Amino acid sequence: MKTVFEKPKSLSNVPLHYCPGCTHGIVHRLVAEAVDELGIEGKTIGVAPVGCAVLIYEYYNFDMAQAAHGRAPAVATGIKRADPNNIVFTYQGDGDLASIGMAETVHAAARGENITIIFINNTIYGMTGGQMAPTSLPGQVTQTSPYGRNPSLCGYPIKVCEMLATLDGPEYLERVSVHNVKFVRSAKKAIKKAFENQVNNKGFSLIEVLSTCTTNWGLAPTAALKWLEEKMLPYYPVGVYKDRSKVQ
Amino acid sequence: MSKVIIQTDLCKGCGLCIEACPKKIIGIAKHAINAKGHHPAVVLDEELCISCAFCATMCPDCVISVQK
Repeated sequence: MKTVFEKPKSLSNVPLHYCPGCTHGIVHRLVAEAVDELGIEGKTIGVAPVGCAVLIYEYYNFDMAQAAHGRAPAVATGIKRADPNNIVFTYQGDGDLASIGMAETVHAAARGENITIIFINNTIYGMTGGQMAPTSLPGQVTQTSPYGRNPSLCGYPIKVCEMLATLDGPEYLERVSVHNVKFVRSAKKAIKKAFENQVNNKGFSLIEVLSTCTTNWGLAPTAALKWLEEKMLPYYPVGVYKDRSKVQ
Repeated sequence: MSKVIIQTDLCKGCGLCIEACPKKIIGIAKHAINAKGHHPAVVLDEELCISCAFCATMCPDCVISVQK
């Protein structure tokens, strides 16, 4: 018999601590598959965020560091500049990257730092208990917006890919989703390309992955995927926002 | 040898594989509880499996491996 699908080698045997149905696990696997396929396991260094994915260093067989809240792109910059042969990526949530770490993100992008950022957007603060995030949708009910997010009071969600696409620094920006098999496959391609760009010294790549938070959205795992498709996709359209290799 | 191997002791019973399966042959083992306290997913009729690996692609805990 031929093996069609098995756990990627870069993924360790530690059981994931995430809630049942949390798509963090899918994205962890996609990163591991990209690293395996490019054969860069020995020189890859990841930077863990603060948030649900803070324990991500347990789940990979390559080296990881853990940064202060939002500072992962700054730490990754240091690791990359200390030895440019390393392949450095950060894995951050929306509370980490789009809120407290916005300055680090924008400046790393503006500098065109040769790192890869995997950005998980699930429109809520997961680990801290479901507070409103900079990416929460208008009208979305969270712990700190019990009547729904009111844009006249709390402002509008931040569209990270669109915003960074206005800068000259980034090489590659794409928003993907993981709510069904087709989108998981295109997410895999995007993540692999983001790592390839770094291997080829092209510069800053950021992949925004639309993700679910079953517990804090208060939905069953399959209902959460449906909510993502119906509510998040219209507001956060998937697609390539910047790809310098395509511009002549 | 079975085509779909589910590590039932690590499965959290989220059901994303059930939703993804085009043949609808995966279900939740309602009368079994694993060490984590979840009802794990089981393959109900392996004869119908086409080894598409959609279940494994959607599994957030990477507990499914597929053979052909």
